[in-house]
Amino acid sequence: MAEIFARDRGWSNNYLSPAERESIEREAQAYPQRDALCIEALRIVQQHRGWVSDDSVAAIADYLGLGAAQVDAVATFYNLIFRQPVGRQVIYLCNSVTCWMLGCDALRARIKAELGIDFGQTSADGEYTLLPITCLGDCDHAPALMIGDRHHHDLDPDSLIALLQPPASGQDKE
Amino acid sequence: MERPLTQHLKPDGSALTLAEYRDLGGYTAWKTALDGMAPDEVVTRVKDANLRGRGGAGFPTGVKWSLVPRGEGAPHPKYMVANADEMEPGAFKDRLLLERHPHQLLEGLMLAAYAIEADVAYVFLRGEYVDAARRLRSAIGEAYAAGLLGEHILGSDYSLQLHLHISAGRYICGEETALINALEGKRATPRAKPPFPQISGAWGQPTVVNNVETLCNVPHIIRHGSDWHQGLGLGEESGTKLFGVSGRVCRPGAWELPMGTPIREILEGCAGGMREGYQLKGFLPGGGSTDFLLPEHLDLPMTYESIGKAGSRMGTGTLIVLDDRTCPVGMVLNLERFFAQESCGWCTPCRDGLPWTRQLLEAIESGQGRHEDLDTLAEHCRFMGPGKTFCALAPGAMEPLQSALKHFRSDFERHIEEHSCPYRSSLS
Repeated sequence: MAEIFARDRGWSNNYLSPAERESIEREAQAYPQRDALCIEALRIVQQHRGWVSDDSVAAIADYLGLGAAQVDAVATFYNLIFRQPVGRQVIYLCNSVTCWMLGCDALRARIKAELGIDFGQTSADGEYTLLPITCLGDCDHAPALMIGDRHHHDLDPDSLIALLQPPASGQDKE
Repeated sequence: MERPLTQHLKPDGSALTLAEYRDLGGYTAWKTALDGMAPDEVVTRVKDANLRGRGGAGFPTGVKWSLVPRGEGAPHPKYMVANADEMEPGAFKDRLLLERHPHQLLEGLMLAAYAIEADVAYVFLRGEYVDAARRLRSAIGEAYAAGLLGEHILGSDYSLQLHLHISAGRYICGEETALINALEGKRATPRAKPPFPQISGAWGQPTVVNNVETLCNVPHIIRHGSDWHQGLGLGEESGTKLFGVSGRVCRPGAWELPMGTPIREILEGCAGGMREGYQLKGFLPGGGSTDFLLPEHLDLPMTYESIGKAGSRMGTGTLIVLDDRTCPVGMVLNLERFFAQESCGWCTPCRDGLPWTRQLLEAIESGQGRHEDLDTLAEHCRFMGPGKTFCALAPGAMEPLQSALKHFRSDFERHIEEHSCPYRSSLS
């Protein structure tokens, strides 16, 4: 009902795409209750849209039969859910204790010098967002960070910068 | 020396496939249990093996299981959860088991589920462990395809569904009741106990949460027996343990060793001792939320008992080494920043107290501290100590702080008296 009502008024923004719904439904069989899908839905919508806007929160709430405030409370709790737009690639810099001892501050400074961004900021070209992350479990190869979903180990400022070369330059990111 | 959990890890770093795991005797424990062991027998064998939780608290695993209502009239569905939310600063042992031996974890999880007569099992995995997610997903698919999961497994009466839950972050999810809230799709704040999860956990049903390494021990205990497992440890303690070392040592890494291995053997034998030009000043024996120990403690065996007697905890068994050129105040500040950030905000002492300690440490570290700040910090250690907060996060956060105030007091005082960090000049 609500969906038809909204569509008549051109509010289609507030609805999940068929692909998003399909992905959410694939997860549904793992949980005994629909409201348990809240985190899955946030992750899936973020995969499709890059971040979770107010409209997306409303759309998830509507789809799962939850209040928007309920969904927003969950969305704002978890650090891997973004309630603001991020760059095409997110750099997750581990600043926990072992990486701190072995030089994560130098990595952060170098990123700031090269890309002009500090924690919570996105580069002017929209390519990178820099975020701190809790211990990545790479302490035996510290300092470490993740770019997108790839971990990179035993970094120093120079090897880090080599990772940030755009793919177009022909450099293999391996 | 036996290393049941890690001896078959492949040197190329890839995961053991189902076929490879089966060639090594994998899933024979699962078959043995389904063929002829009552769930109670599985519980008893693990209890007799004296297996204790490897996630940090060291609670006896069999006892944890035995608190779940079982048999006729027990509520269903029941849930069995593997806590793969490894996020303790300095801990990286479960990642090794998850990425390279996924079927060993699945078999342990399945046996635990059988022991408590669970209907559904979950692996609760932190979102950043992307390689582990990929490998677990593939291993779960293999297990279903081989009839090791699903309805009437291997012709028995037992049915089990197993799912992978990928978490969206936050350290607090490692706390078992917070984890249960996260699994239910809610904010991961801890729950009041009692009721304990074994009685009322996920969706109000009986639920057990066990650490990854704990569960990886279970197939071996079922296969080789309780006495065998007991015999693996040195002295009073049972089994092996994954120990790790990070910081300025020659060879950071993780190794499976007998429970009760002396710290010196781990730090000097396995990790190769300190890097050239650095001396050992202290270490956290079991992750970020354990008390500092000193070089004089190197000959202690790594057991719950002996580390406890020395004033710390074995925790995750992953040592973080403080060298003589790293500022202890800076290190504690880094840890308290972490804990203040990761407080879920549910209870007042933790929500307000942790940022306060962080601010005091920031002031001291930057040379703006006063002597009375040390008394305030000590006060916080009491206010956020065991029993004063809703869960163990804040008491854990106080462990490195209270021990640093004790062992490295002169370093704190020098910051205050010299109005700067004495280590900064020597580092540059």
